[in-house]
Amino acid sequence: MILHPVDYLVLALYFAFVIGIGWLLKKKVSTADEFLTSGRSLPVWITSLAFIATNLGAQEVIGMCASGAKYGIMTAHFYWIGAIPAMLFVGVFMMPFYYGSRARSVPEYLKLRYDEKTRTFNALTFAVMTIFSSGVSMYALGRLFELMLGWSFTNSVLLSAAIVLVYTYLGGLTSAIYNEVLQFFLIVLGFAPLAAIAVFKAGGWGGIQARLAPAMTHAWANMANSHQNPMGIEIFGMVAGLGFVLSFGYWCTNFLVVQRAMAANSMSAARRTPLIAAFPKMFMPLIVILPGIAAVALMQMGGLGANLLGDPQHPDYNQVMNKLMAAFYPSGMLGVGLTALMASFMSGMAGNVTAFNTVWTYDIYQTHIRPNAPDRHYLTVGRISTIVGTLLSIGTAYLATQYNNIMDLLQLVFGFVNAPLFATFLLGMFWKRATGNGAFSGLLSGTGAAALTWGLTVAEGKGGVLGKLHEFPSTMAQNFWIAIMAWTACFVVTVVVSLMTAPKTFAELKNLVWGATDVPKVDHDRKWYHNPVTLAIIVAVLCIILNIYYR
Amino acid sequence: MWDLRLPAGLFFLGLGVILCVVGLLFPWRAALAPDVNVNLYSGLTMLVFGGVMLWLAKRAK
Repeated sequence: MILHPVDYLVLALYFAFVIGIGWLLKKKVSTADEFLTSGRSLPVWITSLAFIATNLGAQEVIGMCASGAKYGIMTAHFYWIGAIPAMLFVGVFMMPFYYGSRARSVPEYLKLRYDEKTRTFNALTFAVMTIFSSGVSMYALGRLFELMLGWSFTNSVLLSAAIVLVYTYLGGLTSAIYNEVLQFFLIVLGFAPLAAIAVFKAGGWGGIQARLAPAMTHAWANMANSHQNPMGIEIFGMVAGLGFVLSFGYWCTNFLVVQRAMAANSMSAARRTPLIAAFPKMFMPLIVILPGIAAVALMQMGGLGANLLGDPQHPDYNQVMNKLMAAFYPSGMLGVGLTALMASFMSGMAGNVTAFNTVWTYDIYQTHIRPNAPDRHYLTVGRISTIVGTLLSIGTAYLATQYNNIMDLLQLVFGFVNAPLFATFLLGMFWKRATGNGAFSGLLSGTGAAALTWGLTVAEGKGGVLGKLHEFPSTMAQNFWIAIMAWTACFVVTVVVSLMTAPKTFAELKNLVWGATDVPKVDHDRKWYHNPVTLAIIVAVLCIILNIYYR
Repeated sequence: MWDLRLPAGLFFLGLGVILCVVGLLFPWRAALAPDVNVNLYSGLTMLVFGGVMLWLAKRAK
């Protein structure tokens, strides 16, 4: 792919703006709280767009396009089943406890609700996870730009890391959030034209449906049996594994996204953040997945499109997005597309870095290393940990170049740790009787159960290191079931051990659990669109309509 | 808090101008869409979006 000076101009303009925004916000950030948590001052339209932008990474854009080309519209389940229900749940049911508890981070909520060891377990695993997530996506971006543009891996990694570091160091969380909103607009405006043109040239959705195998263009029709569809999954495994455990485990407990909602300027805004975010989120498949499906149709149409998937015998799905951009975007818009890719990566990285520095400063440093220092000290620690976090991520990106398998292993381990978390939070927020010892044992058991399930089952040649009790038709199915096992183990153990240990007093549970919290009464003369439940219902209906259209 | 609509509006206005200029002055077309002036249409969309953002920012003042 050859770039023209105008493409570089677009990139430069973007860099200037993100740094400029960081620079302008520098004066507004004078306390540790403002730097790390935005001091609960942001309007809901900003927090909700940041909520999804931070979750969107370049890997998602490329990966969803690739999955679209490989599995078809079923990929949309990751959004419609795997994200929307969880986002509605966290907004309507869980935000009152996150926001009302006045915790400054998700681990801090665990400390208030349960105990120190549960918090520390979560804080440590989360901190390590953000560094590695950041590093892995930096690695992916570096490799991508190396392949697409011939840029040196080192230069791409250092340049993108440096820019994110500058604006997060200057303006803290607020700067990260503001830039995430800008990045979101850029991602939509940068990729929507591609989706529109690719689908149009492939004959529209009707034309694509006529040309491709039915399994590719129907999201639900072939789900009864795992052998009927290319993903190798069936309804229960998907709904319970993806729809419930994995997605709720992410959207409801991951501080990366919850941090954006916690930065909102009121309880109502905090609750509405994930709900408003759900609107654009449910339409994202149309922007990122449809192009991949269109590419398959275009390839079949022959001519210039024949090469979109690479060698027909060994299709390279990860190249589809690049090839689509090269095929449909002339110089100018090409620069915008690349900048949008860069932006999607940066929004994810900034999210990880700002979540890391908050968890490090409050949950690890202030708790275990130096409590009771003046605020100014923590502001400094916050700034330094931003730098350290970025450097560690860069290091991780380099580690990934040397040890590809280590990255897979780490992703696996983090999957083990995440799966049970939702059970811990669910019980914590809705069952007064859950105790710290229960939660901690539950988390350990859940993680162990995940590791055990993986060790005893096989899928596509992976897993089964301890034995082979069962074979799954795909690694995706295996992941869903690992998640289900882990969640169940955590839930059961937490309940059992909680019942055997001393309960918490009502005073200790104030504002942390259902039944001990002043759940905000809905103000009847406020506008209808301020009511979280109304918004949630509208999102659910729209999402169902989308599912019906693409069934 | 400081209004994000202002820089966001300016950014997309800027991009829109760049793309429209390119779209009008340079006959670049992409391989698979030789009949569509992608730069011009996308540029116009961005101009509109940037304009709306700035208008919203101005209205809020």
